[in-house]
Amino acid sequence: MFYVKLLTSTLASIALSATLASARDNVQVAGSSTVLPYASIVAEIFGENFDFPTPVVESGGSSAGLKRFCAGVGENTIDITNASRAIRAKEIKACAENGVTDIIEVRIGYDGIVFASQIDGPKYDAFTPSDIFNALAPKVMVGGKLVDNPHQKWSDFNGDLPSEEILAFIPGTKHGTREVFEEKVVAAGCEATGAFQAMMDAGMSEDDAEDACFEVRTDGKSVDIDGDYTEALARIDANASGIGVFGLAFYENNTDKLKVATMSGISPSTETISTGTYPVSRPLFFYIKKAHIGVIPGLQEYADFFISNEIAGPDGPLAQYGLVSDPELAKTQAAVSSGKTMGSGS
Amino acid sequence: MTDANFTDKDIPNPRSLTKTERRTKRRKAAEKRFRAYGLTAILAGLTFLVILVYSIILNGLPAFQRTVVSIEFTLSAEQFKEAEAALLKTRVYSNYFITSFTDTVNGLGLSSEISSDSIDRIVGKIGGTLRKFYRNNQDKVGQPITFDLPASSLVERYFKETFSRESISESNRFIRAEDLDLVDALADAGIIRQEFNWLFITGVDTGVDNPGGAGIGAAVLGSFMMMTVVLILSLPVGVAASIYLEEFAPKNWFTDFIEINISNLAAVPSIVFGILGLAVFIQFMHFPQSAPLVGGMVLTLMTLPTIIISTRASLKAVPPSIRDAALAVGASKMQAVFHHVLPLAMPGILTGTIIGLAQALGETAPLLLIGMVGFVARYPETILGGFEGPNSALPAQIFNWASRSDAVFVEKAWGGIIILLIFLLSMNIVAVLLRRRFERRW
Repeated sequence: MFYVKLLTSTLASIALSATLASARDNVQVAGSSTVLPYASIVAEIFGENFDFPTPVVESGGSSAGLKRFCAGVGENTIDITNASRAIRAKEIKACAENGVTDIIEVRIGYDGIVFASQIDGPKYDAFTPSDIFNALAPKVMVGGKLVDNPHQKWSDFNGDLPSEEILAFIPGTKHGTREVFEEKVVAAGCEATGAFQAMMDAGMSEDDAEDACFEVRTDGKSVDIDGDYTEALARIDANASGIGVFGLAFYENNTDKLKVATMSGISPSTETISTGTYPVSRPLFFYIKKAHIGVIPGLQEYADFFISNEIAGPDGPLAQYGLVSDPELAKTQAAVSSGKTMGSGS
Repeated sequence: MTDANFTDKDIPNPRSLTKTERRTKRRKAAEKRFRAYGLTAILAGLTFLVILVYSIILNGLPAFQRTVVSIEFTLSAEQFKEAEAALLKTRVYSNYFITSFTDTVNGLGLSSEISSDSIDRIVGKIGGTLRKFYRNNQDKVGQPITFDLPASSLVERYFKETFSRESISESNRFIRAEDLDLVDALADAGIIRQEFNWLFITGVDTGVDNPGGAGIGAAVLGSFMMMTVVLILSLPVGVAASIYLEEFAPKNWFTDFIEINISNLAAVPSIVFGILGLAVFIQFMHFPQSAPLVGGMVLTLMTLPTIIISTRASLKAVPPSIRDAALAVGASKMQAVFHHVLPLAMPGILTGTIIGLAQALGETAPLLLIGMVGFVARYPETILGGFEGPNSALPAQIFNWASRSDAVFVEKAWGGIIILLIFLLSMNIVAVLLRRRFERRW
């Protein structure tokens, strides 16, 4: 009986202190670590230019952010999640189950993904998706047949590449970057080398062959980096023969340590990415909970400010940092200011 | 050995006082070796400590220096009005400043005509500082003011010699070789100089494009608030729990069970407490996210076992004769504990508490889950509001900076480690002083 009393009194005191929690006056953002730098720039300028408090931006990855976003509606949930990929149908469903039905999708621009190596390291200056596929896939085409990847050195399959052990630091599976890397590079190489066709000929269904094309070898030549780009940079620093996958902005901030390789002959830059000639780029997004607009002070203003021409336009601070601005920004601006939600007809 | 009457001859080495026996020699050698091992271990530990402290200081000290451009600037009333009317007000302020800066430098005739683009690349993010100043001092509009504003990240690194002229490539958008010539000329003219970085100690976090303005002050305050919460919650609960368990509780399977669980809790990885905090405090009880109050509560859960274990140990260390004497002269059990045992155990309790707090201070993992690792760039408006409003913490801030792409932020992360160590050191000094003050011998 004594313990029951003790328990109830503890719970009562906790409940009492819970009423302390007052209305939140700041915008709360979470999500992709790729979008975090841009969001932090905007959050700082937003705080400087408006009388609203500076928004709080957390990171943790696109998937983790969307999960928290879909946890429900209310002050103790986040208002905005950043994502380096589009929201999936499965996630929209999960959101709806928790009452998060009206979601506004905002595309802020594009991010290029570059392949870079140590500045004093071997001469990795030109890759094609086929090269990356030949180096990193578990099964590749050799002499017209699909075999377990025998390649140990880059020069084993392309005489133009240096005779160095294959070692690549690629983004881990929880990163949005990984998806782009798989789709635009590995899978593209899979098709270009004929491995995709060979898998189909061997009796695999199209879906299975597509999935198999996304795989990377697991014998240590390809290393998943689950942290952020700084971790990949540290690995490159320690391994002169390694190549790493970075965001364009990160590379541009570290040109004294890294040198970049071209992809299919195109060197990555804001111009080649915005025109779409550089093949490996992806759109960046953030998602707004419409139910929070008007409840959380500054939310609408933050969203409008983020995608204004002054911020996300080609001359804004985001482009200055490395974001490739979206040619269709005006469309997004109109959608955000009118509060157009996903699925309400576009 | 059953034969009792053996002679001197049977002993392989007749004992002698002057000659050392082989066995003795071996024992002495073993002792010497053991001492050598011990000394080596200490020396190895010291070497690592020296390397660690050396590298922290070497990497962190530059964070306490900053490079500023110091120049006179006048903002006219029209310019003020125009800037305040724009959407991106800070950019307008910054453009006025850069234009005025360019004119001033060109007026000095330092080198050939320079463009405002060069100046733009040399100065850092300044709009926010300018706008804040003029908004707070509207009477200063129209008057010449000398501002000390941060230089850009690469100029900063150029001054600290972590960035060299050779590594500038053609495609570098952030700086050109001719900009550095101008920087050299401006440094000679005294317009660009280095000074002690007060902003680093008092400031708040900044966006990734503004490493020059970033400071750790808000994070220090956040950590301090969390430690206050931890102290207020864990000291009374921990001490009361240990006194009950040690002095009053009957020894039965239930108290044994509690004891085992406390020891287990002390070894649970801190991330588990973070998950618990997220599930219970935020999702179930609807406490605010990113708040020092919740951070402190999570860290309290983590610190409690440490405090209980050390408090129980120091209660046990009080000789039973003290209790017996108190009880013998008619004190109740509670009087004996509170008047006699507890004061004697105080130094141990305080040491344990402060060690527990120090451990909690450096913890990042649980904070990750309750939203304290992120971009929190403001001071709380009120003291009470600070506990439940969003705030950062020292280890979270360091973690954050270390993962940013600009090298100046990495330098600030090292600087943050120095601040964290100073914080820890002062806590430990308090622990030592308190122990000295309360210590009693018998």
